[in-house]
Amino acid sequence: MSSSRVPAFADVDSTAFWEALGEHRLVLQRCGANGHVRFPPMPACPVCADTEFDTVAVDGGGVVYSRVRVHRALSPAMANETPYTVAAVDLDAGPRVFARVEPDAAIGDRVQPTFVDHADWTELRFRPELDQSTGDQS
Amino acid sequence: VSRTLHQAAITGVGYTPFTKASGKSVHALADEACRAAITDAGIDAAEVDGIISFSVMHDSVPCQAVATSLALGDTRLLLDVDLGGQAPCYLVELAAMAIETGRAENVLVFRSMNGRSGPKVGGMQFHGAGGQFRYPIGFDAYMMYVAMFANRFLHETGQGFDDLAAVAIAQRRYAEMNDRAYRRQPLDIEAYRNAPLIVEPFRSDDCTVEVDGACAVLVTSLERGRDHAVPPAVIASTAYAAGRRSGLDLGDHLLWEDYTRNYTSHLREDLFARAGLTPGDIQFAEIYDCFTSTVLLGLEGLGLCGRGESGGRVRDGWTALDGGLPTNTHGGLLAEGYLHGMNTVAEAVLQIQGRGGSRQVARHETCAVTSGAMMDGSAMILTADR
Repeated sequence: MSSSRVPAFADVDSTAFWEALGEHRLVLQRCGANGHVRFPPMPACPVCADTEFDTVAVDGGGVVYSRVRVHRALSPAMANETPYTVAAVDLDAGPRVFARVEPDAAIGDRVQPTFVDHADWTELRFRPELDQSTGDQS
Repeated sequence: VSRTLHQAAITGVGYTPFTKASGKSVHALADEACRAAITDAGIDAAEVDGIISFSVMHDSVPCQAVATSLALGDTRLLLDVDLGGQAPCYLVELAAMAIETGRAENVLVFRSMNGRSGPKVGGMQFHGAGGQFRYPIGFDAYMMYVAMFANRFLHETGQGFDDLAAVAIAQRRYAEMNDRAYRRQPLDIEAYRNAPLIVEPFRSDDCTVEVDGACAVLVTSLERGRDHAVPPAVIASTAYAAGRRSGLDLGDHLLWEDYTRNYTSHLREDLFARAGLTPGDIQFAEIYDCFTSTVLLGLEGLGLCGRGESGGRVRDGWTALDGGLPTNTHGGLLAEGYLHGMNTVAEAVLQIQGRGGSRQVARHETCAVTSGAMMDGSAMILTADR
């Protein structure tokens, strides 16, 4: 299947990120001047402001910096998902991402990426590194 | 060439009632609160030459409309700012700068919102590129972002849920003494714990109560304010700070490294240096509190207590009316109602003026006020006229 899975909510700066997730890969922007790997995607480096960059694939392991456990969803679309956890995960590659962690994880826990395919986009999700019960849910 | 600097102050304050459903337009609410502030100051609407407000996702009324319905004269300063809870002290700062440089004489600063019956800020999907990395995964409410800060803060500073509960309980006592407060029923730890978790660590009493209403203050020069009907609260200093890499939109905190410190840590030095005061000089505080945790981050960030000490201090009664630093004396946004921090500013003014009624603090010559919860925000120090 050649059609790329870029969601409608993507923008020009984030297209490469979403496109790669659709292929179950995690790619991030890397500054051409200082090598800083960044997220979210943006037109210039938030550390040195250099506008040159390339994209690099990273393996996606990381550590939970903080997390929230949602018991009452705001949006009707998430009502059947509660309780669920969203974490701020500090990737080994450098930057922080927001993603769900299933099952739950605590601050400081190591997590590994999974890729969850929705109808028209692919979600980056994590599972606790020591948990063997869930694998790649794609 | 005249280059006079006029010290700025706040005199009049105005409110509408805070209700579940106002049945009024945001324009009518704004008009009512601004009119009340003008009347409170004892001046004529024709003397007002500036008007500033803020809104999120166009949930309020343009200042131009309010200037029109108040039949103001020629307006020298008019500004609609697209910001949230960061704004109130910041807008007072802008008004004060205009007054200090002679660009305006009497400036209204207001917030108007049908925040309960109309658009609710807490669930808004903000403009900007950051939303695509939050909303699709159900990370889609402001309380979740503040909770993300809170959980790391509690973890790293060795504090816990009971420290948040203590904030809600302490502020409810003030609300019981405040006719304007929306939540006035007593709150104890059992009642607090009986409410289910919404987003850990927050239960319903950790969250601001949304209301319909408006609130306004009148910023003027100290010189002019001395002739107003109420005493001037002197604006001893103001500060706004957005720390480095504050993100792509109002809710984006991906690039904010330290969730245990918010903007208060970043503006503290400017704030106290500009006033020539230290944290130890502050007699009471009005700390922005969309959620309980922001009170703890604010107290620690401003250096009003040590790191990791805030929860214990609140549990020991430090922020109560008879404590060392009475805090959020109106009940806060948690209990008086979510007027987006404009009412936090107004309460500070009333207390400095000695108009706090049964909740009046004993020592009311210096107050620290903050606006905001996360990456960027503002603050000011008000003092009594000496």
